[in-house]
Amino acid sequence: MICQECNQRPATLHFTNISNGDKTEMHLCERCAQEQGEMFMMNQGSGFSINNLLAGLLNMEPSFQTKKQEAFHQEHVLKCNHCSMTFPQFVKVGRFGCANCYETFKGQLPPIIRRLHSGNSTHMGKIPRRIGGNIQIQRNIANLKQVLSEHISKEEFEKAVEVRDQIRSLEKQLEDKRKGGE
Amino acid sequence: MSLERFISQAVSSWMSEDGPDSDIVLSSRIRLARNLSEINFPTLATNEESGKVIETIEDRISKGPAPGFGKMELLKMDDIKPLQKRVLVEKHLISPHLAENAPHGAFLLSENEEISIMINEEDHIRIQCLFPGLQLTEALEAANLIDDWLEENINYAFDEHYGYLTSCPTNAGTGLRASVMMHLPGLVLTRQMNRILPAINQLGLVVRGIYGEGSEALGNIFQISNQITLGKSEEDIVEDLNSVVSQLIAQERSARGALQKTSNIQLEDRVFRSYGTLAHSRIIETKEAANCLSDVRLGIDMGYIKDIPRNILNELMILTQPGFLQQYAGGPLSPDERDIRRAAFIRERINMEKNQ
Repeated sequence: MICQECNQRPATLHFTNISNGDKTEMHLCERCAQEQGEMFMMNQGSGFSINNLLAGLLNMEPSFQTKKQEAFHQEHVLKCNHCSMTFPQFVKVGRFGCANCYETFKGQLPPIIRRLHSGNSTHMGKIPRRIGGNIQIQRNIANLKQVLSEHISKEEFEKAVEVRDQIRSLEKQLEDKRKGGE
Repeated sequence: MSLERFISQAVSSWMSEDGPDSDIVLSSRIRLARNLSEINFPTLATNEESGKVIETIEDRISKGPAPGFGKMELLKMDDIKPLQKRVLVEKHLISPHLAENAPHGAFLLSENEEISIMINEEDHIRIQCLFPGLQLTEALEAANLIDDWLEENINYAFDEHYGYLTSCPTNAGTGLRASVMMHLPGLVLTRQMNRILPAINQLGLVVRGIYGEGSEALGNIFQISNQITLGKSEEDIVEDLNSVVSQLIAQERSARGALQKTSNIQLEDRVFRSYGTLAHSRIIETKEAANCLSDVRLGIDMGYIKDIPRNILNELMILTQPGFLQQYAGGPLSPDERDIRRAAFIRERINMEKNQ
């Protein structure tokens, strides 16, 4: 069967559209079907439109940059070393390839995330219990290290020793947890 | 198969049981999006990687079921017939995306169908809890339990700053989508909906029809959900939605009261005309059926109709969808045949009530 839109390529997608009891059938090739994106309705319609909207949002970024920078950018495209997704690809599909992409595109993300989440950019919700425990401990260690260096700069060595011991015990906890988790 | 048996097998607990405020709120749903840390997200994952996600989940199940949720069975999309997929979508147990575009998709379903876990959809894992009535907090608790149970053996992709990492940046953070399905005929009849919708949107909430994005509000049923997933705690997101829903419930009740006061006989007429259509028509389309069901349900809620249980709306809205009708008929039906079957199905269902 030949595609009824372009009358050239073979039709690979067959739609039946029923509205108010009237049935219409369409036989399209992939390319023409994509052009008629709305036909997908319930199946792909949602993902399709959201993707487009999102890509539009993400795309606003480059327009702020000057053309000179763009020339430079083409030489230096950000690419995730875990899943090989590039930043232009991400902008096009509106989906990350893997968890590591968040790290790779770290510099580009804040304005995008803020736009999508009403200005918010930091997670305030649940922390996973098992691996999250480590994050909590890491947070504490980072805080204590700051306290430690303050004590040292003020030459409060007794207090510094106390804090150092706390840090050591937390680091040991962290290590034990890591071993236990594997 | 007899109609009674078909219904008993087809109806999930959220359709048949009553919950708090279930005269207006049909169901509450919580969805959590989660991903495994080392594996590419489903959009990019290879066959092997997708298989690994399923294995990881199977491994988790083999170590014992989630406490309090009974046995959950893992089903692969490959093993499910197209018609069955459609039925699962119509029951809101899986998403259209999983049914149509997830080549390595699978899902877990609890026995009462309140909990479903979709695998390799847009994210590796999507936990869904669907409860009758307004029970967002309860659904969130259940989802959290399932989440903790999975996390015991699975390393989630999580970042201190961006929270749970998701395939789409719109879900990052909590990965939480909370939504309620509401029957709001009073607000529609008194033409208040057009005024209320923009206000709801301004509060960071989204309003959609019964089958999600892009679908129209069939039978005066609206789905309201949060849009923002990052920067607020799960409890706050649910609380914000709860407070808006409570206000809508109050407004809907007062609209119904006002209707009864100002146009009692017109309303009663409308309800019974629709009842007549459902009880006697020989051909009926989805849209007309939905509108009549909405009127009849309103009539039950307001005391005009006494001999029909009110969950008939929830039930028939789902069971008269094309997928279900074909499942009941045992094979594909043309649209014309469906409209005839739908009319017959509804007549039979109403008679079933009368004979009891």
